[in-house]
Amino acid sequence: MEQRYSRQILFSPIGTEGQRKLRQTHLLIIGAGALGTSIAEMFTRAGAGKITIADRDYVEWSNLQRQQLYTEEDAQNRTPKAIALKEKLEAINRDVRIEAHVTDVTPRILEEFVGGVDLMLDATDNFDIRMVMNDISQKHSIPWIYGAVVGSYGISYTIIPGETPCLHCMMEQIPLGGLTCDTAGIISPIVQLVTAHQAAEGLKILTGNRDALREKLISFDLWSNQYSSIDVQRLKNDSCSSCGASPSYPFLDYENQTRTAVLCGRDTVQIRPSSKHKPDLKRTAEDLSPLGEVEQNPFLLSFSTDANRLVLFQDGRVLVHGTSDVSEARSLYHRYFG
Amino acid sequence: MELLVNGTMMHLSDNIKTVSDVIDYFTADRPAVVVEHNGNILTKESHSTVNIKDGDKIELVNFVGGG
Repeated sequence: MEQRYSRQILFSPIGTEGQRKLRQTHLLIIGAGALGTSIAEMFTRAGAGKITIADRDYVEWSNLQRQQLYTEEDAQNRTPKAIALKEKLEAINRDVRIEAHVTDVTPRILEEFVGGVDLMLDATDNFDIRMVMNDISQKHSIPWIYGAVVGSYGISYTIIPGETPCLHCMMEQIPLGGLTCDTAGIISPIVQLVTAHQAAEGLKILTGNRDALREKLISFDLWSNQYSSIDVQRLKNDSCSSCGASPSYPFLDYENQTRTAVLCGRDTVQIRPSSKHKPDLKRTAEDLSPLGEVEQNPFLLSFSTDANRLVLFQDGRVLVHGTSDVSEARSLYHRYFG
Repeated sequence: MELLVNGTMMHLSDNIKTVSDVIDYFTADRPAVVVEHNGNILTKESHSTVNIKDGDKIELVNFVGGG
């Protein structure tokens, strides 16, 4: 172990004591796309104790340009990202316990995941779930690190409950559409710049170096060469319903509100049924095979017609590809899955 | 009017009077934004009341969602 981490231990702010502390920690990474794979790899190599990863999606060819560790085979097999990532991370460092969940993260599920967690890292692609993370962070007093990217632009902020403003203080309300569906595309270097900042802040928290935290909201555009670092402490709002004096954690009601989500830049709608009933993939495959092309792996079933492709996961979620129209997606869902 | 926006000197129309006008000009489709004006962070309520003048320094930080 000493040899594996020797260069990190030589870095004096971490040292033997910081490395020992890191080994005791449990991180929760929400999202296993561009940000998530990069963050997960860094903390696996660094020697965290346990990493829990949750992601609802599977690997596609369009991911390979920037989502590190995934391979052509993963895209070919449509392997769920959490599963593919776990496999790669375990090959990198078998000492780190990796727990992978193929799931849509709801407030209820996040409540289950945060037991014993020291830090949450944001690698999601939408504000609905970030606001849920933000409320859970405040409710359970767990720091989290916001990170996001689009095009050549990235942003990050470290949220410490009881100390810094929370995301709700800074944003006040979730922006209505437009922001997450990145028609602007994305280049890989901005991902690495954002995750470098997230992971550095994470290392400071987990190795007992909170004094070194940045305390600034940073953003950068690697194409237009703009860099900004601003002090947002003044935005901390005592009447904030997430982190103020009398918090009500409004975004934890999300479970009763959102059943569909348009996925970032993918011409895809996700439908999450309210029923907790798990589908029988094998039987569904038999039912659908006369109607179109059906492919199956242990985690999901893919059903293609001339116009659309629907993917059914073990937890009952369905991704409807080929549309961004929620009502059309619902109609296709009900046509084929009842 | 000349403004230093995110580190770049820019020439803007004199019709732009307040911080809100600057936000609208640069980020019409991005309503989630944090603004620093001459080194001071501004609350949302003050965006429409804080006037800008030639030579002011503005930092606009957009909250984006991709990942």
